[in-house]
Amino acid sequence: MSSAAVNPVSGAVILSASHISMRFGPVEVLADISVELRAGEVHALLGENGAGKSTLAKILGGVYKPVSGKLALLGNEITLSGPRDAAAKGIALIHQEPLTFPDLSVAENIFIGRQPTKAGRIDWAKMRQDAEKYLSALGVTLDVSAPVRGLSVADRQMIELASALSLNAKVLILDETTASLTPGEVKKLSAVLDRLKAEGKAIAFIGHRMEEIFSICDRISVLRDGLKVGETLRTETNVDAILRWMVGRDVHHLVERGEPNLGDVALDVSGLTRKPRFADISLSVKAGEIVGLAGLVGAGRTDVLRAIFGLDTVDSGLVTVVGTKLVHHDPARAMEAGVALVPEDRQQHGVLMPQSIWENGSLAIMPRLAKLGLVDDKTARKKSAEGTQRLAVKMRDDEQTIRELSGGNQQKVVIGKWLLTNPKVLLLDEPTRGIDVGAKAEVHRVIVELAQSGLAVLMVSSDLPEVLALSDRVLVMRGGQIVSTFDRKDATAEGIIAAASGATLAEVTA
Amino acid sequence: MKKLLARRELSLVVAIILIVGVAVALQPRFASEQNIRSILLWVPLLAVAAMGQTAVIITRGIDVSVGSILGLAGMTTAILLRDYPQLGVGGAAVIGIGLGAILGAINGGMIAFAKVPPIVATLGTLGIYRGLTFIVSGGRQVDDYQLPKDLMNWSLEGPALLSNVPFINSIPWVVWIALLVMILSHLGMTYTSYGRDVYALGGNPDAAALRGIPVNFVTFMAYVLCGIGGGFAGVLYASRYGTVNPSGIGNGFELQVIAAVVIGGVSVFGGTGGAPGVALSCLLLGVVNVALSVLAIADTWQMAIYGLVLLVAIIADERFARSARKRAGEAV
Repeated sequence: MSSAAVNPVSGAVILSASHISMRFGPVEVLADISVELRAGEVHALLGENGAGKSTLAKILGGVYKPVSGKLALLGNEITLSGPRDAAAKGIALIHQEPLTFPDLSVAENIFIGRQPTKAGRIDWAKMRQDAEKYLSALGVTLDVSAPVRGLSVADRQMIELASALSLNAKVLILDETTASLTPGEVKKLSAVLDRLKAEGKAIAFIGHRMEEIFSICDRISVLRDGLKVGETLRTETNVDAILRWMVGRDVHHLVERGEPNLGDVALDVSGLTRKPRFADISLSVKAGEIVGLAGLVGAGRTDVLRAIFGLDTVDSGLVTVVGTKLVHHDPARAMEAGVALVPEDRQQHGVLMPQSIWENGSLAIMPRLAKLGLVDDKTARKKSAEGTQRLAVKMRDDEQTIRELSGGNQQKVVIGKWLLTNPKVLLLDEPTRGIDVGAKAEVHRVIVELAQSGLAVLMVSSDLPEVLALSDRVLVMRGGQIVSTFDRKDATAEGIIAAASGATLAEVTA
Repeated sequence: MKKLLARRELSLVVAIILIVGVAVALQPRFASEQNIRSILLWVPLLAVAAMGQTAVIITRGIDVSVGSILGLAGMTTAILLRDYPQLGVGGAAVIGIGLGAILGAINGGMIAFAKVPPIVATLGTLGIYRGLTFIVSGGRQVDDYQLPKDLMNWSLEGPALLSNVPFINSIPWVVWIALLVMILSHLGMTYTSYGRDVYALGGNPDAAALRGIPVNFVTFMAYVLCGIGGGFAGVLYASRYGTVNPSGIGNGFELQVIAAVVIGGVSVFGGTGGAPGVALSCLLLGVVNVALSVLAIADTWQMAIYGLVLLVAIIADERFARSARKRAGEAV
């Protein structure tokens, strides 16, 4: 292991970030954030999804350059030209989805780009030996000559950690590393972190789950909407106080959700299982109802929507849409039965960026418009205009490429496209992600109107105020299962966060 | 990975034995010295060009201009030797290889730095390099009597050192050269950090960039290596055939090279495969080539058969990659 001789004084500041600000385009994601990482200390960076934690982690790890602010390592100001540079300076970023090379061996994954050499050629024997040394320092046993393909996320994270140790990293930044680990794996990781702490490493830990944070971390900083709202020692706080910091703002109702006009059950899901993503999901949504599906990133919410729409196959379970059983998992049949899915990643799955608004707007009904395989442009434009007018899309004309529209208006085109199919069930995945505040309210208004008109809406959202404002019921997922259900009147931000992060209510109120 | 490669290499060996067995059974003439010689002379050309292509395909790229690189470099070498015999065979070979490197660098520059998709960039240069081959030759071929005897001897004689060893002494220089190239490729891909970077880049490009691997340089160099292989093969072509015709040399050769690489176990999805498998698959294609002519199956069938075998290999790879990902619980 890296020697005790260079072991810094416990508690000394190793890496400090001061007054960091960051923006992506016009969106400010971090404002004037300062944090210090100390030797022998695990510093938790907490916040809701979208609070800016991961952005901060990536700045500390050299992936992003901040717009303003300074980084200092052991008191000396540094700039990081990239993750390689950060690693060379002793700062290692461990990712939620580890960066491994599936076809290379474990040993090579640890040493890629800087393999030990002898007489100018790679010394494979020494590389394997060193790999074993660093892994055993972490208390992990892996076959170092076996390929990485097939190893669990936890094992692959250990490979990244071993790689960081082999670089003699002084600072480890763990970005949501526990999000996809099982409880047993988390325990193992926590033991590893204790070892590293004892060696004087400074560790930043980005996470959500309260029990983990409180058992692993020594210091907690909370971010909210890109601002740092507080920092405290773990011993001086409790879960309740931290949750209050995380939620903070008054949850003002963004739109008026009138009394819902409920009809018959439009979407019924029972016992839906797709291992290992989710298991035994049962839920139902009535016509006119908005059901929010809350939970942390990785809880399996998107997977459930995809499975309902038939994009992924399932192991077992049944989806019924207005009396039609969807046996074959096939989006075309789901669409026929009246299901529409507005995906999370607009750029990737939602729109055809280089195409015009009307081409995008008429896409979902193309097959229906086609006569002898040909589509009349005029009809398609007219149809598309029905959707865009109904949702009041702001545009110059419908020949514009959809790329020129704002995120909010793009989203309206996507929703409008689906409305033309006369859906009965609308699945929304993060409907307002990447959309600015003003436009969010517009999208919310659209969603509420659609529900009023009799659509059943199932909405995945990580934006708690949005979930609370729109949902008639909130289902919370954790680890691939629905763990609680709140009626509109009982739903609170604290309750949802507690359920999503696995803290019991007793803990929250303790 | 070792096991997987071993499996691929084993099945290639079995395929070679099977084809030889069937060919000998049907036409005992197959095992004649004449035929063994023609396999031995055909395979080195393919193997030398395939080694560079191997690096390219491991990075998830492709170089379809390799036949044209072979053509332009081989043509240029032949013309130089005809017009300036004082250059010597060695000097002309160095120029041919150097030209191949430059042509590869043009491909690599477009792909690594200007971000032109590999298939588009090299399809363009396939046409350009072929056109240049006609321009530099004026459309006229170079005949064997115009070339120095030394060049031909590469394909006729072995090293003087081995001239007294029975059987071995009939192995010509080109075979030794190809063997050396294959061994160097294997060592380079296994024991240099550049070689390992090629695998890392092909295995997970995003991770490679974040781990600080100089992704653009690695990509660029893969095409340079492919150009070097093509250029070298062009020189060997001139030695092998003596007559160098601008429309004949290397025409359609890219199909054979790419087939050899893919059949040799290099996945078009990147990150796997290596020189030993590709070497065996070159030998396999050589055996097939000779078997087809000995069994009097028309030449015209050969292209179609390479194409078919190539597609079968890619489909098998794709299915294999899918099931591997499935086992690993990754998105398919």
